[in-house]
Amino acid sequence: MQGTTRRATLLGALSAPMVVEQAGAQSAFDWRRFRGERIEVSVQLSPRGQLLVQHNREFEELTGIRAGVEVVPEQQHRQKIIIEYASGRPSFDVGEVSLHVNKRQVGRARWNTDIRALIADRALTNPDFDFDDIGAGMREYATQADGRMDTLPAFADYFILYYNKELLAARNIVPPTTWDEMFEAARRIADPSRQIFGHVGRGLKNANVVLWSSYLLGTGQRDMINAQRQLITDSDDAIWAARQYQRFLRDASPPGSIGFNWNECQTTFMQGRAAMWVDGIGFAAPLEDPQRSRVAGKVGYAVVPRGPAHHHCALFGAGYGIPEASRKRGPAWYYLQWALGKQMQLRMLAAGAGVPARSSPFRNEEEISRSRFPREFFTTLEASARIARAGLPEILPVTEFRDVIGTALTNTIGGNDPATELRAATAAFRPVLERSEREG
Amino acid sequence: MIRSRNYARRYWWFVVPAALAIIAVIVFPWVFTVYVSAFEWRIGSTPEWVGFANYVKLFGDERFLWAMVRTLYFTALSVVFPLVLGLAAALVFHQKFPLRGVARTIFILPMMATPVAVALVWTMMFHPQLGVLNWLLSQMGIPPSMWVYHPDSVIPTLVMVETWHWTPLVMLLLLGGLSALPIDPYEAAKIDGATPWQAFRHITLPLLAPYIVVALIIRTIDALKAFDIIYVITQGGPGSASETINIFLYLQAFAFYNIGYASAVVVVFFALILLLAALLMWTRERVRV
Repeated sequence: MQGTTRRATLLGALSAPMVVEQAGAQSAFDWRRFRGERIEVSVQLSPRGQLLVQHNREFEELTGIRAGVEVVPEQQHRQKIIIEYASGRPSFDVGEVSLHVNKRQVGRARWNTDIRALIADRALTNPDFDFDDIGAGMREYATQADGRMDTLPAFADYFILYYNKELLAARNIVPPTTWDEMFEAARRIADPSRQIFGHVGRGLKNANVVLWSSYLLGTGQRDMINAQRQLITDSDDAIWAARQYQRFLRDASPPGSIGFNWNECQTTFMQGRAAMWVDGIGFAAPLEDPQRSRVAGKVGYAVVPRGPAHHHCALFGAGYGIPEASRKRGPAWYYLQWALGKQMQLRMLAAGAGVPARSSPFRNEEEISRSRFPREFFTTLEASARIARAGLPEILPVTEFRDVIGTALTNTIGGNDPATELRAATAAFRPVLERSEREG
Repeated sequence: MIRSRNYARRYWWFVVPAALAIIAVIVFPWVFTVYVSAFEWRIGSTPEWVGFANYVKLFGDERFLWAMVRTLYFTALSVVFPLVLGLAAALVFHQKFPLRGVARTIFILPMMATPVAVALVWTMMFHPQLGVLNWLLSQMGIPPSMWVYHPDSVIPTLVMVETWHWTPLVMLLLLGGLSALPIDPYEAAKIDGATPWQAFRHITLPLLAPYIVVALIIRTIDALKAFDIIYVITQGGPGSASETINIFLYLQAFAFYNIGYASAVVVVFFALILLLAALLMWTRERVRV
């Protein structure tokens, strides 16, 4: 009883009704309000999508709502949802939107419901939902320029540095902290006679732009468009970033990298043939899978090296939205609350399936200590979150941007001059951006 | 006379369902595509009438013109190799030898595989460091190839996959033709002392020509519309080195959402296919004569 004061007792007595009321509200929340309904969910093929499929029965048993979950490969999914939205009658009631690709397009056309109204609706929102648990950065990322929030942020994807601990240790190399250090380390580790390479990275056009932007984010310029929303991909900083890209891909990567997308990079790294790889955080799970990976247990994680002026890692992410045209808005909102609730977000982190938008999973020490991922993985996540910056410009024709700039970067691997290539690509894309800015 | 005309008129109604189906699935989409090609229209924005501007832009678009050149290059190789190898295989399988049925079955297996599955398997085999093809080359003391990972070798490599996939079809078509050839000319040639090459050159080839033209037409159309294998293996890369018209069209329509411009590409591509088809039909008529 020591330490119990009259004041504390009084405070407890006064607050008791509030606690009881809150508990009552939680238990009173009617998860089965829409039982018997059926909704369709369309998400991308990824470890996150697989988690939703894996635990779908849990949602169905909790709510009595049948959920058909469609899982489509990333690129095809982006195309599919845009065409379905544009048709006016999308086949899904919940859809995943890549914020770094389709945010502006979906927002401008107002294809999705503003979920702020749903969050504010006490009859429809579980008191446990805890919207404030979603990180401020992710909330901002999912919010449109006009203030509407038409997707609920689901996860972030940071570019990090994966390294092969054995290969670095064999040469007494510590994880690099600058791009120059990384390049030197890659050169020292390379042993082409044993098919060992210091670095592997995306060379395939379109996919490669995000690696180039990782270098650009460390420059004074950092971004690809300026405050007036004009293209600045032919500046000195942009060309410097292209030269970094060229030297890493041309002089420190396996032959044939010109056609490598993430899957070829992953295969090469998994087989222990590459020492360092800068790519999205989501690859940790396959790399640590001993059934598939020869480097399981030997992978090191670090934030990307710093640039000459700044230290940022490229940020990408996705949210789940409810189409305006959906007639199942209530059941769809229930699905979002479950799919992006605390439990599922914790599962996402524990499985290494991605970086949850919520903060609470990172505070769950018990789950983190039980994870098959090393502590270093989680500290890298936290450190990356602090330095994350959008890895692609928020423009409508972002896919065309990636295609045009990506082709120029690919050409540099073949030996073309980065300055010439970037200037030509910028001149080609500038009218496309200007037209889209006029329209939107 | 009047009676027969009335008789025919009674049966015109039977044509209506087929005519409606053709209008719905061929004529309407085609007319609509031509109509859309006159608009500047991106999905999500308001279409704007631009007349022939998309066509003018198209013929000044270096990327499109290169895509057209690559399409013709890819098509030419993807027709010639399967035809030559298919003819050789048909001649072999026309002979009688033990286990011929089993050998024929094995030979046509690639044709039965799904193109996307085929493409994924080949992609793994092409990996420059970890692929089985370079391992095989190294076993023979041959330096590794970059296969689809180099701009110079990407199209010949894709043609190799296409040839592997579709040579069996050509073989089947020509084998059918060989089985239908008369025996008499061969007997007469043998009596006259013709060598096997002379018999092939002056009897088999001319008699088989109509079948070869049919195979040529089918292969040309197939190669022109090739998309799945190229897209899955290279997505048009490295850079734009394997970007054919189909890949260009796909990107414009479904990645950049330039529906008006993509429609103009469809119209031009359709005209090109019509031209080639007319040329091939004309060749077929000539061969018949």
